[in-house]
Amino acid sequence: MEGVDHLFERMVHEHKDRIFAASLAMTGNRHDAEEVAQDTFLRAYRALCTYSPQRIRDLKERAWLHRIAVNVVRNRVRGVHPRLVELNGSESDHTPGPEAKVMERMQIDELATRVAGLPARYREAVVLRHVRELSYAEVAEALRQPVGTVKANVHRGLKLLRGDTDDRVDD
Amino acid sequence: MIALTTDLKRLGAVKAPDGFADRVLAQVGMTDSYARFETVLGDVFVAWNRLGVSAAARSASAEEFEDWFRKDVGRPLMPAVAPPDLAEKIQDELGGKKRMRFDLRGLTAFEQAVLRKTREIPRGEVRPYGWVAREIGRPAAVRAVGTALANNPIPYFIPCHRVVRTDGHIGNYGGGGPEAKKAILTLEGVRVKKLEELGRAGFRYQGVRTTKIFCYPTCHTGRHALEKNIVWLHDEASARAAGFRPCKVCRPAVVA
Repeated sequence: MEGVDHLFERMVHEHKDRIFAASLAMTGNRHDAEEVAQDTFLRAYRALCTYSPQRIRDLKERAWLHRIAVNVVRNRVRGVHPRLVELNGSESDHTPGPEAKVMERMQIDELATRVAGLPARYREAVVLRHVRELSYAEVAEALRQPVGTVKANVHRGLKLLRGDTDDRVDD
Repeated sequence: MIALTTDLKRLGAVKAPDGFADRVLAQVGMTDSYARFETVLGDVFVAWNRLGVSAAARSASAEEFEDWFRKDVGRPLMPAVAPPDLAEKIQDELGGKKRMRFDLRGLTAFEQAVLRKTREIPRGEVRPYGWVAREIGRPAAVRAVGTALANNPIPYFIPCHRVVRTDGHIGNYGGGGPEAKKAILTLEGVRVKKLEELGRAGFRYQGVRTTKIFCYPTCHTGRHALEKNIVWLHDEASARAAGFRPCKVCRPAVVA
């Protein structure tokens, strides 16, 4: 048990930014991102407690945590569309930086909202490949999809983000 | 095209909000939470985590308690609603029932041994510093025992107030000074005045003529002895010379 606690504490510190960034890109706002990221780690912890030492050793942490995050998002309020970002910075825990920083934050949040608006399969692929910069192999592992599928979904997702809709794939 | 993937990369560089890791660790019970409890000793702040109670103090305010905890225990701390059974456990512990688990991580093996031993001292009784030192197998480390007790992060529940000097001074107390120590001992039924008088007179043990056993003055086994059968003894040598053997319950000396 002590071992799991130790491992988990390190995992949280090591992956918190990545998982939060991925959550932000998948949910489109910081409030939901925090919920998703927290939930991801809670599930990870509960899972770790049931895993054998061997299974823990063989764990591909990054892919594993991202897969949990993807599942958390999938399982949340299906069908509810991500809320629009509140541009006037409703999160009080963030100290307002210089104007440039605020601008950048707004742009990033705006992009997150756009990414979050993609159909799930493109969104997941784009987030893991381009936001989180996992390798195709890792994305495939995290999503449990063939690499070819991932590549196609990334491609189509990017296309949609660029607003290029002629080459739309059939659903 | 380039711009889009660069922007996505920037999105990927977003940091988790402040305190995120602490909130996660608190949710699985790995960081400490705290709340204020009304007790017979007044308001006591108690911190706990998944392993048990980790700290207690009669701080004047929540801020004071948080500051002390962060400095002393060195972990983050967050106010929380107490688990439903904690208040009851606190009352029981202060009433003499042992129901609590403790988290003593961060203390040295020696400090932990001192605190565990101290917890064996029954309510209403006291033991000298030297007793703790001898019992944990470090008879020469009397001063170190004093230091370990002074740094007890969980006073009241790990009853460091029950470890006293034998010279008539009750000894220091981290939980509010000697007066507070006396007050708590009195509340627990110890006759502090009498204890101080005995100490000043140089009496350390109570012998009972009929059983030929000598005890610490507060040991419960000697409580029902008739006044006329009690002899007060200065030290182990004279006790043994007078034909007394040490009590096996309070162990004032190693049983030969």
